[in-house]
Amino acid sequence: MLTNPTGKVTQGQFSFLPDLTDAEIMLQIQYGLTKGYAWSVEYTDDPHPRNTFWEMFGLPMFDLKDAAGVMLEFDQCRKTFPNHYIRLMAFDSNRGIESVAMSFIVNRPSFEPGFNLERQEVNGRSMKYTTRGYAADHPENERYQRKS
Amino acid sequence: MSSTHYNLPGTSQSPPRQDADRVSSGSVVSDTGARSVAQVLEQSQIKPVLEALDRDLIGLKPVKARIHDIAALLVIDRLRLNFGLASQSPSLHMSFTGNPGTGKTTVAMRMAEILHQLGYIRSAHVVAVTRDDLVGQYIGHTAPKTKEALKKAMGGVLFIDEAYYLYRPENERDYGQESIEILLQVMENQRHDLVVILAGYKDRMDTFFQSNPGMNSRIAHHLDFPDYEEAELSLIAQKMLADQHYQFDAGAMKAFDDYIHIRKQQAHFGNARSIRNAIERARLRQASRLFTQSSQELSKADLTTITAEDILASRIFLGAIS
Repeated sequence: MLTNPTGKVTQGQFSFLPDLTDAEIMLQIQYGLTKGYAWSVEYTDDPHPRNTFWEMFGLPMFDLKDAAGVMLEFDQCRKTFPNHYIRLMAFDSNRGIESVAMSFIVNRPSFEPGFNLERQEVNGRSMKYTTRGYAADHPENERYQRKS
Repeated sequence: MSSTHYNLPGTSQSPPRQDADRVSSGSVVSDTGARSVAQVLEQSQIKPVLEALDRDLIGLKPVKARIHDIAALLVIDRLRLNFGLASQSPSLHMSFTGNPGTGKTTVAMRMAEILHQLGYIRSAHVVAVTRDDLVGQYIGHTAPKTKEALKKAMGGVLFIDEAYYLYRPENERDYGQESIEILLQVMENQRHDLVVILAGYKDRMDTFFQSNPGMNSRIAHHLDFPDYEEAELSLIAQKMLADQHYQFDAGAMKAFDDYIHIRKQQAHFGNARSIRNAIERARLRQASRLFTQSSQELSKADLTTITAEDILASRIFLGAIS
C-alpha cells in the first residue's frame, strides 16, 4: 500500500525500525540525560503529519539523573492512553540550540489504518490532493478502538 | 524484536514489553564471575570507601557496624548471584535517627557511595529534600511535587531530612499524607531504582513511624545515631581544624576540652555542629588577636595556631568563672 508502506506511522527517530523495547527506550533516555537534555512525554490520537503539537503528559522533566524517572512518567502515560501515540521528546536548553534534540514514538495503537489520499478535480484538468487519516473519522479519544 | 543486543543496568536481557517486572526481573548486578569475598571487594572497590568511612567519621560505632553488615550482605548476595542463587533483592530503604549534628547527612552521602560501588544504585547522587519540596500548598499540588523529587532521585538516594514533618496529625486536611502514600508506592515498586533515607530526631521519628505503620514496615534498616562522647568531640574538633590547616596548641587543647564539657551541659547542644561553630568563632578571635599585633611579623605557626586565649574568650566560660 503506497500511502502506508510500513503499516505504521513514521514520525521522529527510529520510526522505520521495529518498535523499541523498554530496555532500548531506557538506553535512549539515558543517552539524552548524559547530554543534559530535559525529557518530556506527549500523546495524541491524531496521526496526521501536520499535527506537530501533541498533548503534554505532565511537565517536562529537568535535572534528572536516571532514565527510571522518565520511565515512571511514560509508564503512567501508557497506562492512561494504551491506544494512543506516545512520544518522548528531549529538549536541549543550550544557548543557541534551545529546541527539541530527540523525539521518537514509544507507543502506538495496535492497528494503524493509515491515510486516505483524496483527489479533487478543479479548474479543468488540475488536481488537488489532501491526506486524511482513516482513524480521524472518529472524534477524539474514540479513535483506534479496533484491536487488529 | 525478539531479543535486544543491549544490556542496560536494571534490565534483563530480553525484557518483556510493558511489564511491571521490567526492572525487577534482573537486579542491577550481573554475574561478574567472582567467587570469593575478596574478589567482589576488589571488583567493586568498596574497601577504600569503607575504610574512609571508618577513618573520616569519628565515633558512631553502632552506625558503622550496621553499614558493614549491610555491605557484607550485599557482597554475599553478589556471590550467591554468581551461582545463580536467586535471593530477594534486599530492601535498602533506611531511617536515620539521632540528635542534631550527629552526622546523619554525612553518613547518607557515604551510604550513597557505598551502594553505588556495590552496584545497587546506578549513580552516587543524593537528592536532599525536606517537607517543603514534597508537600504542596493546595489540592493537586502535592503529587506532582513529590513525583518530581522522586524522579530527580531515581538511580540514586532520596534523603528526606526532618521526615516527621511530613505527617501532621493535628491537621486532618494536611497534604503530607498524600505525599507519604506516593512515597510508599514508589518505595515498594521501584526498589531497584532508588533508595529512600528518612532522617530526623529519634522521638519524633518514633511517633511518625507509629502513625505510619506502612512506612515502618517498608524500611528495613533503622539506624540510631548516638550522641558523641566528649573525647570524640575533641577529636572531631582537631579533624575539622586540620582540614582547614589550623591546629590547637597545648593550652588551647585543654581549654577546648573544658569548653566541650561546659557546652555539653547547656541547652541546644548540636554535637558536631556546635563544635564547628565554636571553631569558627575561635578562628574569628584568632584573626582579631593577630590583627591587633600590627607591627609584629607573623610566622606560619602564628597563622595556623589557635591558642588558649582564643578559646577562653568564649562567653561559655563567663558563667563558669563567676
